[in-house]
Amino acid sequence: MKILVGIKRVVDYNVRIRVRPDGSGVDTDGVKMSINPFDEIALEQALRIREAGNAEEVIVVSLGGTECQQQLRTGLAMGADRAIQVDTEENLQPLTIARALLKVVEKEQVGLVILGKQAIDGDNSQTGQMLAALWDRPQATFASGLELSGDSATVTREVDAGLEKIEVDLPAVITVDLRLNEPRFVKLPDIMKAKRKPLEVIPLTDLGVASENDLLASQYAPPPVREKGIMVEDTAQLVAELKTRGLV
Amino acid sequence: MSKTLIIAEHDGKDLNPSTAKCANCAAAISQPYDIVVLGSTISEVAKQAATIEGVETVIAIDAEHLAKPLAVNHAAEVVALADGYSHILGPSTTYGRDLMPRIAALLGVNQVSDISTVVGPHHFKRPIYAGNAIVDVQSPEGVKVVATVRVASWKALANTGSASLEERTADSPALTHTRYLDLQSGGGERPDLQTASRVVSGGRAMASEENFELIYSLADMISAGAGASRAAVDAGYCPNDMQVGQTGKIIAPDLYMAFGISGAIQHITGIKDAGTIVAINKDAEAPIFEVADIGLAADLFDVIPEMKQLLG
Repeated sequence: MKILVGIKRVVDYNVRIRVRPDGSGVDTDGVKMSINPFDEIALEQALRIREAGNAEEVIVVSLGGTECQQQLRTGLAMGADRAIQVDTEENLQPLTIARALLKVVEKEQVGLVILGKQAIDGDNSQTGQMLAALWDRPQATFASGLELSGDSATVTREVDAGLEKIEVDLPAVITVDLRLNEPRFVKLPDIMKAKRKPLEVIPLTDLGVASENDLLASQYAPPPVREKGIMVEDTAQLVAELKTRGLV
Repeated sequence: MSKTLIIAEHDGKDLNPSTAKCANCAAAISQPYDIVVLGSTISEVAKQAATIEGVETVIAIDAEHLAKPLAVNHAAEVVALADGYSHILGPSTTYGRDLMPRIAALLGVNQVSDISTVVGPHHFKRPIYAGNAIVDVQSPEGVKVVATVRVASWKALANTGSASLEERTADSPALTHTRYLDLQSGGGERPDLQTASRVVSGGRAMASEENFELIYSLADMISAGAGASRAAVDAGYCPNDMQVGQTGKIIAPDLYMAFGISGAIQHITGIKDAGTIVAINKDAEAPIFEVADIGLAADLFDVIPEMKQLLG
């Protein structure tokens, strides 16, 4: 079985982003970029499945310009076997990404797709579900546990009410949550080795996919600032303040 | 067909308050709205939905294979209904976030996630980057809008309505490639985090599962929900469904009390719609104090027992 893992290049989660003064977007110039943290967890899970002998190959795929090859190389250094860059300068929206991923899935005859449950830039949480829909296959989102047995997978999902277990037939799309695993660190020799692993570049247009009916992001603004609060000295003052405000 | 369809969320017995919050968003879009309830033996839930202010029709689709909230089956039913609607809304809860993109893709449209403000029928505001930016998004005219409603941004509409009820049979067969096994519920009888008017939360400084009893006892005393930071959940001090933040629950209680939570931006994004934020932390420099309305730099292991005494 082949496993496909999606990787998105995003602003590192430690960076406090700033909205450009003219409201035209978020300032990403000179900002540290990383693999979306959820995608690292997705890749780690794929690697573990391969290491357990349940998959032959792990392919990482990213959609973007040449710069996203950096993140693909990191994925290769973590242990992916090969990489695909779907080349585009456009800022693609989830539906178009899902359509492009489906083309890759069909071309590679993938048995399992593992994605992050959301990207920490757009916070959309859409791509996995959309790919599953277009592929007409099961989806198991927000996974914090995953066991493969033969042609199916049992997935523990982190839902609002607790932990839900579902069983899905493969092929399927799984999107991962934070507590599924702890991604491995990349070692220097692996970075060297990763440079020799295959990285294929496919122009988006070659997949026959184009954006349509995109949402237009017209204006960006910083969030409203909360008014400065007060500091109290002790618990008695705190409780008195809460009572004055009618909160307890 | 300028009409909105809201997907009801429920547990088979009761309607989730997220539905009345979606209705508020639908009301802001300024066109008539219906609610669809998907499930098995759902007449009671449908009746509850019919009381939400302003709803025209509640459509109940009752089928065995819809009993559990599996997106694959629910999406197929919604898509079969979609023709009569210009807008389809679901909640930003895990149910809605699982379901709505599947519907959007089947309909061939992009989805607007987490609507926090309605500017016009095709113009919305939503937070991105863990709430560190708010973006205006406009969906193309004449194209169906599929969206999730950021439930923390909307108050539930009142139960003053009396919609007509319409029962329908399922349109699509069960998809057997996805099977529901079980649900292990982490929480007890405390108020649901996403609807509680008060929430008491603990962070890494709680230091153990046993110490979280302090959080629970204070929460119970003031009828609050109990929450946690990601660090506390990761450390195994409490169940995952208590996690508040970018990747957990986004909540908007009247009172949020954070004990021993440093205040990472990912946590702050989950609470910044709270009415009053109270922070108790030993470290006076903790970033949580930047957003707190009332701060107390003190040891939570002193403060919680003292609070219980003063409130008791």
